[in-house]
Amino acid sequence: MTPTGYFTKGAALAAMLAGGAASAQEIRFMCYSDGNECEAAGEIIERFEAENDGVSVVIDKVPYKAILENLPVQLAAGTGPDMAKVTDLGGLSKYYLDLAPHVDRAYWEESFGPILDWYRKGPDDDGIYGLHSQLTITGPFINRTLFDQAEVEVPGPDATWDDWAEATRKVAEATETPFAMAIDRSGHRIAGPAISYGAKLFGEDGTPTLVDEGFTTFAQKFVDWNKDGTMAPDVWGAAGGTTYQDAAQEFINGELVFYYSGSWNVQRMDSSIGDAFDWEVVGSPCGPAACTGMPGGAGIVGFEQTQHPEIVAKLIDFLAEKENYADLTAKSLNIPAHAAVAAEGVTYEGASEQAAAALNAFAAQVPTVSPIAFAYQGYKNNRAMFNISLARVSQAIVGELTVEEAMARAKDDLAQALAESGE
Amino acid sequence: MANVTAFLTRTRGRGRLHWTDWASYAYLALGVFLMFGPVIWLVVSSFKTQAELDRFPPRFLPYAPETVQLDGHAEPLPLFRVTDGPLAGETVAQVRRIGLTSQVVRPEAPGEVVKINRADRVPVERVKPALENYRTLFERFDFMRYFWNSTFITLTATAITLLVNSMAAFALAKYEFRGRGAVVALVIGVLMVPQSVVLVPLFMVTREFGMLDSPWGVIIPGAATPTGVFLLRQYMLTIPDEILDAARMDKASEWKIFWRIVLPLSAPAIAVLAILSIMWRWNDFLWPLIALSRSENYTLQLALNSFQGEMRTEWSSLLAMTVLTLLPVALVFAFLQKYIATGIASTGGK
Amino acid sequence: MLLRLISPLMNVVDLPMRALQRRLGISRLAWVFLLPNLLLFGTFAFLPILLNFAYAFTGTDNILLLDRTFVGAENFAQLLDCDSYLDPNTCARDLFWRAVHNTAWFIVMQVGFMVGFSLLTALVLNREIKARGFFRAVFFFPVLLSPVVVALVWKWVLQRNGILNAGLEAVGMDSVVWLLDRHWAFFWSVFLSVWAHMGFYTLILLAGLQAIPRDVYEAAVMDAAGPWRTFRRITLPLLMPTMLVVMVLALIKGVQTFDEIYAFTGGGPGSATTFIIQYIYETGFGGAPRLFGPAAAASLLLALLLVALTVIQLWITRRSSNG
Repeated sequence: MTPTGYFTKGAALAAMLAGGAASAQEIRFMCYSDGNECEAAGEIIERFEAENDGVSVVIDKVPYKAILENLPVQLAAGTGPDMAKVTDLGGLSKYYLDLAPHVDRAYWEESFGPILDWYRKGPDDDGIYGLHSQLTITGPFINRTLFDQAEVEVPGPDATWDDWAEATRKVAEATETPFAMAIDRSGHRIAGPAISYGAKLFGEDGTPTLVDEGFTTFAQKFVDWNKDGTMAPDVWGAAGGTTYQDAAQEFINGELVFYYSGSWNVQRMDSSIGDAFDWEVVGSPCGPAACTGMPGGAGIVGFEQTQHPEIVAKLIDFLAEKENYADLTAKSLNIPAHAAVAAEGVTYEGASEQAAAALNAFAAQVPTVSPIAFAYQGYKNNRAMFNISLARVSQAIVGELTVEEAMARAKDDLAQALAESGE
Repeated sequence: MANVTAFLTRTRGRGRLHWTDWASYAYLALGVFLMFGPVIWLVVSSFKTQAELDRFPPRFLPYAPETVQLDGHAEPLPLFRVTDGPLAGETVAQVRRIGLTSQVVRPEAPGEVVKINRADRVPVERVKPALENYRTLFERFDFMRYFWNSTFITLTATAITLLVNSMAAFALAKYEFRGRGAVVALVIGVLMVPQSVVLVPLFMVTREFGMLDSPWGVIIPGAATPTGVFLLRQYMLTIPDEILDAARMDKASEWKIFWRIVLPLSAPAIAVLAILSIMWRWNDFLWPLIALSRSENYTLQLALNSFQGEMRTEWSSLLAMTVLTLLPVALVFAFLQKYIATGIASTGGK
Repeated sequence: MLLRLISPLMNVVDLPMRALQRRLGISRLAWVFLLPNLLLFGTFAFLPILLNFAYAFTGTDNILLLDRTFVGAENFAQLLDCDSYLDPNTCARDLFWRAVHNTAWFIVMQVGFMVGFSLLTALVLNREIKARGFFRAVFFFPVLLSPVVVALVWKWVLQRNGILNAGLEAVGMDSVVWLLDRHWAFFWSVFLSVWAHMGFYTLILLAGLQAIPRDVYEAAVMDAAGPWRTFRRITLPLLMPTMLVVMVLALIKGVQTFDEIYAFTGGGPGSATTFIIQYIYETGFGGAPRLFGPAAAASLLLALLLVALTVIQLWITRRSSNG
């Protein structure tokens, strides 16, 4: 007998033993966390287990990398968990379990409305697939104390990116702060500003185009700001490929006046800045076409291959109940995607006044999001478009390509990606 | 030049310290600074809070702001030293800060609020290791289970690797047979393709064997390391054939020759491979991440990396976990490195 | 203790092995020794590589091979579509060729430093020095760290407000944003990779040095051979089989460098430290778009390149050890 054969049998035996010991209705929930979301969800799930005898839910907390890279492979191979917290909402849609037969459609549509589209396979699909547990929105954090010290007025809600650039440069100069502005290194983060400058991203028939005049205009401005030092060059310049890089550390240490990031950073700012300075969240700056940020976030979905579709659906529906959803949002310091919860406002537990104000400021921006940004977030190949814009704009920033060349390359990349995905 | 080369060739000292000894100690000192310094920094940093880790410029030791509990204030207040103004030189407790003004009280007179400029104060801090980084690890998850999983996978896989690889290396080093060149070429060929590139096909193959989500799915696929075969074979080539022939004259079976003569003589190389295999398995991340999805099967590395989110990494927990994960392998290394120094040089020859 | 445990087991194996030895003869017995290893290799290493071929010649973003469509050599054609292979800007897949160029420079620098420093360290650690075990551990320690941690530690050292810049300013020099400059970023990538893996090769060389019998040196002392001669004539030739392992492994692992550099620079600035594996990873696995076909094709081209390099290396060593 070969070692392989022997050990396969051993493994099969071990699996059998494990299977015998486990509950007949065990649900596996693959979860990743940017803070305490898995723990917060876990507390609510415990209540669900108490109400449903014989059901046990195991939360497998994984690195984000497992969700991004391994989950799609596992699902394609027919293995993987019963449910998961995912971010590639459209990309994985073909594996989702349709909750519609098990839940109250009217409640879901009333509560989550257009966000349900983000999880759907296409315009003809009216299934209900996922609970958007973590709605995020991009927007700027500003160091209010530096503005006060420099005695520069904080630009108003209609201020353009140019106005902000000018104001923050003045502040940085007056206070000897190293950087005026920074934007996270992410294709998702520059989407909002690009749309504000008139990027359409999709053609009239809905096919993705990514590069157009508006997108190029912002790309050019962004590259120039990186070159003249308005933008902290370390963020986009010092990394490569599709690596994510934030500028939170610079902002926390008071080295940055204006930091364009998003609602998920509130918790970190709150705990790390402490008393060092006052910070605020303001509305997304304007361009000629809009003043929009970019929505985003993660949601909890069930998978079609699960053995217990009713229980998975019931559990997700349970999490979507108004009190539970409000509880989850409050504990994990997120913006609610649930209409009724949002209308009532969330009381954030254990957050400082500053953090609660910041979260509410972000929540107030949700209704102002441009329809293009909303559609972009729901498009199933958007991740490919984010990554392409990220890699190519970076190359233009460090001077490997001109902006024109970078835009042409981005178009080619998009064509290749679409060809491969069969569109 | 001659002295330099004396230093390059000699293996033992001659009683008194020659300048080449000084040179090697200088090299070692530099090595300790460059190689070990960052590791020390890492260990010290694992005792820092997230806020302290985010700080620019970084400081070597973990500091925490000093606080004081005063009458009439529910929360402990942070202490500051005043550098300028009427209160200069005094230590005060800050009640609150609004914009550029800081409202402080003197600990002797907790009711009397004084306003000072925020630029005129520096926080009072003291060294305080953030032990909670470690405590939460044990509270938040089943550390001992992951530790056991890692240990089981590492030890079993290393045992299999050593046996299987040394058998193959023996055959490739000490026998003349048709197809040997092809096998050596295959071994080197497999070395060429990095694991990260074949993860998806490997996943499919492992699934066919029903080994996913079991420790064996991690142990078996990597057991026959090409590096190990290559390393051991090259070492076994240096063992003189005469020793084997003498044993054959004594009617020793080939298997006996393999494990009574060749294996003991290859002790240094086997010790090296044992260290490497233990280290590879203990630190393996990419493959277990895809092969194991149930948390009860997780290894320490998977648990450690679960602190990495999409936009945020909990470095304070991750570093504490890294230090805990590092300790066992460091001990294993300290134990096994002695065997590297026992081989032909000390057992055979003379 | 462990040996006493294994001993009876090995004696049990001896019986069937003896029987096999009588039946097969010594030369065919070699295959019996090889069998377990080859079975594992065949299943878990070679088969996946063959499957990779199947991916390289098919298209669509399906992971399951049966759902993919045959596209012939299209993926290879696109990768190789260049006006000039020396200028990545003229290539259809410019990032692939940038990665190839970077990798070529990287291995030229890295393999030399790696082998040189590990040999020097192994020679020093092989001397009769005090606290030898401690010093060996010191040089081996970085090998034990996971790539994200290695990258984090060196970012602390090299960032704008990092330790190195603090040191430079303390001695009155200007600080440098190391990872923003493509040349410095490249240099530190080489440094980081030597730092992180040197212990591995040192260990192998250390074991190799032990294989050199002491009496050979004593004979050399009797012959009053000069030290340089002793090193060139005795140490180096006798160390050659081990040196070969180190050089081949350093070359192969050098080309395969990925995780720690990816966590360190992300391949930047721009694509200055993007190496081939990162290109393959980002094309095929690291998030959308998942282009399995082009990624598999690139990995096969890489394997081809490695085979060629190894053959050249083996040929050179064989020639020099004969001559």
